[in-house]
Order: sequence, then structure tokens, then C-alpha cells
Amino acid sequence: MPLADLANPTRFLAFAGRLIPWLAGLTVVLFAGGLALVIRSPADYLQGETVRIMYIHVPAAWLSMLTYAIMAVSALGTLVWRHPLADVAARAAAPIGATFTALALVTGSLWGRPMWGTYWEWDARLTSVLVLFIMYLGLIALWRTIEDPTRGARAAAILILVGSVNLPIIKFSVDWWNTLHQPASVFRIDGPTIDVTMLLPLAAMALAFTALLATLHLAAMRNEILRRRIRALGLTAAGAAR
Amino acid sequence: MIASLGPYADFIALSYGAAALAAFGLTLWVVLDHRRLKQTLMALEAQGLTRRSARAAARLAPETGLEAKLETQA
Repeated sequence: MPLADLANPTRFLAFAGRLIPWLAGLTVVLFAGGLALVIRSPADYLQGETVRIMYIHVPAAWLSMLTYAIMAVSALGTLVWRHPLADVAARAAAPIGATFTALALVTGSLWGRPMWGTYWEWDARLTSVLVLFIMYLGLIALWRTIEDPTRGARAAAILILVGSVNLPIIKFSVDWWNTLHQPASVFRIDGPTIDVTMLLPLAAMALAFTALLATLHLAAMRNEILRRRIRALGLTAAGAAR
Repeated sequence: MIASLGPYADFIALSYGAAALAAFGLTLWVVLDHRRLKQTLMALEAQGLTRRSARAAARLAPETGLEAKLETQA
């Protein structure tokens, strides 16, 4: 099927219906493999067993940003190309992104208490991720407030693009400011600084979380299309009743 | 291989619990939402309400069989 055909919501629904079970199966397999690697991985010489929290915290933090990046591309699709599925994609991604961001914040706090001696510190990385979480909640509230999907789509797209300024701030906050949060240790120009025995389970869990995001996003997009169909039918019924 | 989770076992267990809650919560949300939306859509269609494209397909149906094709896609 050519990619352009997926712009048609009916074709997209058929495509999603075929793909979701396969993606869900792949997610389960990847999580099983990732967790097996986590169990077999050694303890860190400094963090001890607490390093295992990183195998959840780091993928959740990555996906909180990836989901917002997906929403930013969708916002461009809404404003520039007026793609019929762009707003659907952005709206479906927001609750998933908010959940991943909340998970990153919670697991970060649970790691911080034994390692830093505090659940929370107002440093640049933690604060910018908290701002990301508030952005997600604000967008969800905005979509719920504006009843007309077309008007809501434009307002949300503008807000998403403005908020995307936060993504490089999150990424480089550890370089630009003196933070308690450690600097990047995987995506670096000179290569990862983590030992391969820990890098492998981290990569496997990141892959599993990404598959989960893909499955949930596709399923949520399918739901959003159905929700809009129901709204359109409701409007038709209301118009006929007049 | 893990022998013991050490002095901070509660923090590790809580983290994995939160991750499981997030994954299952989101999965449950999309599955239940899908079920509810499908039921609502079927109830509306049972009342004779159809989309414009479905009505157009129904008009063309005798000649082309397009309606049946669209139904299977949806």
C-alpha cells in the first residue's frame, strides 16, 4: 500500500487493524527479552542494584521527548499540509506522552532518593521535564475545551510548536547549566560511556518501550478517528432533527 | 544475575510497579475506549445514521459493489 493512501482515514483504519496485533505481539516479545537481560545484568559499582531503575527511567525519559517530537511533526502537518490525520496523530499521542513523562519523573525521584538523598531538586533537567509534563496536560485540556476539532487542531498545533522549544532545553540542560543530573552517557559524539553489560539491557528496554509507544499510538489514533466519526454522525442527526 | 536487590529494594520494586501500572493502564484505556466507541458507532448506524461517503457508496452499490468493499475496510 502506498504511504499516501494512509491519508484516507478508512484505509488507515484497515491498515491499523491489521498492524496492531503484530505490533502488540512484538512489544510483548521485546519486553520479555529486555527484562531477561535486566535480570542477568550486573549491579553497578557505585549505584549497586539501584541501577536497575535506569532501565525504566531512561527509556521513559527518551520516549517522553520522542512522543512530543512526533506531536511537533504532526503539528506541522496540521498547519502546513493540513493532513487529515495530523491532528488525530497529535491528539492520540498526548496522553501517552504525558504518561511516559510522569513515569520518567516518578522513577527518577525513586532513583534520586537513595542516590542523591532527595526525591526532587529544582535543577534544569528535572524542571524542564516537569515543564514538558505540564505542556502535555495543558494540550490535553485545550483539546477538551474546544469542541470544534478544526479550531482545536490549529490552536493545539501552534501551542505544540511553541512548546517544542523545550526539547533542546531538556536535552542540553545538563551541558548548559551546572545540574545535579548527570550529563549524557549514551548519545555522545565520542560514543556511550556505559559498559556493554548495561548498555545492552538499556537498549533492549528502550526498543521494547518504543514498540509499546507505536502500538498504543496506532490504537489511540484508531480510537480518535472513530470518535470523530461518532461526532459527525451526531451532528448529522442533530441537523436532521431540526 | 540478581541475588538480592539490596537495601533499596523497595525503590526498585516501586519503579517497576509504576512502569507496569503505566503500561497496563494505557493498554486498558485504548482497549476499553475502542470497545465503547465501536458500540456507540454501531448503535448510531443501527438508527440509520451513516456517513456521507457510506451513503454515496450505497447509491453506487448495485453497479459497483463498492459498499461491501468499504464495509469490510471499516
